[in-house]
Amino acid sequence: MSEKIVTLDDATFDEHVKASDVPVLVDFWAEWCGPCKVIAPVLEEIAEEQAGKLQIGKLNIDDNLDVTRRYDVMSIPTLILFKDGEAKARLVGAKPKGQLLQELAAYL
Amino acid sequence: MPEYRTLLIAGSGPAGLTAAVYAARAQLEPLVVEGEPSSTSDQPGGQLMLTTDVENYPGFPEGIMGPELITAMRAQAARFGAELVTAKVSRFDLGSGPPFGVWMGDPGSPEPTYLAEAIIVATGARSLMLGVPGEDRLLGYGVSTCATCDGFFFRNQEIAVVGGGDSALEEALFLTRFASKVVVVHRRDQLRASRIMRDRAGANPTIEFLWNAQVTEVVGDGKVSGIKVRDTVTGAQSELAVNAMFVAIGHEPNTGVLVGQVELRDNGYVKTFGGTRTSVEGVFACGDVQDDYYRQAVTSAGSGCMAAIDAERWLEARGA
Repeated sequence: MSEKIVTLDDATFDEHVKASDVPVLVDFWAEWCGPCKVIAPVLEEIAEEQAGKLQIGKLNIDDNLDVTRRYDVMSIPTLILFKDGEAKARLVGAKPKGQLLQELAAYL
Repeated sequence: MPEYRTLLIAGSGPAGLTAAVYAARAQLEPLVVEGEPSSTSDQPGGQLMLTTDVENYPGFPEGIMGPELITAMRAQAARFGAELVTAKVSRFDLGSGPPFGVWMGDPGSPEPTYLAEAIIVATGARSLMLGVPGEDRLLGYGVSTCATCDGFFFRNQEIAVVGGGDSALEEALFLTRFASKVVVVHRRDQLRASRIMRDRAGANPTIEFLWNAQVTEVVGDGKVSGIKVRDTVTGAQSELAVNAMFVAIGHEPNTGVLVGQVELRDNGYVKTFGGTRTSVEGVFACGDVQDDYYRQAVTSAGSGCMAAIDAERWLEARGA
């Protein structure tokens, strides 16, 4: 995994997402989800390309049910963009890189 | 300037990846245009990426996870020199050539991205949706196309699975790990599924069947709270309270970019002649994009092997 990607969990989530100077895109994922595997390399690329402008965080839903439930995640992969600690945008399902960037453009 | 390739393979399910293994071993240096991420089966790795245990792929007596099988096939293709790109073909020009023009990205661009001497089409099939009100709006909020991805979120809740074939029962059985009740909603009074799946589903106490039922709407404020169904015999309307609806009503081939380029059958699948040849010389098709009958991982892989051999011999005969 890219060094630019941060692993989040129930304990560190709030602190991390609030303290971040740049928007944080959180990837709700699990080991057993095929489409999550498909978008993982796309997120790696985005993390490298947008370094300093956007932080990518990964949250394993199996291990972190509190945050998962709090944001009513009901499908994975779900990507939620947090700005100043608040959820601003939500993308459900795996999407091509171009489409992801387009849908996030307004917040970056 | 377009890049020239001897062989381009579109699609990366078992058909495309098996073709890539064979073609790479035959020194054709194939380029695999693997598709783009999505949560339907139209994505890199294809339909197996949305499954869990594959129990009938020979060589795995204990079964293997679909995504694991695909990962192994990718590694095998890469080992022999196949190159994979995460992109989707946006346009083919099969009218002139070989070499044939293949576009990625903007299909209106004057020059193709690649020129390929031979092409193997293995773009597969994707799941059909119902197309009823509420379905789009609640996608990701209880409406799902991927039981293996989303079943987890409906622990101890009630779930509807729409469909009557093997994939519907497979999803229903998988979902019993989580759900308190799974209702299979089918528009006929008997299942299309195979005997073994019917027996398994019938014996599972968590699964119920709703026969002659057509879904007319998905309801819910923010998340799914139920589905409206119409009895196809009596016409009576009713509402079934469920927290989620999984759709498994069949497939359609990913042949959008092939319309007007190769001959398609009435149902949209690519027409093949004596093996994997299509109506265009130098263009071959394998896997679910040309098969609406067997539709198995192993038959896809088998036809992928055939396509690679057909392409290799065709290229050899032309001295390419």
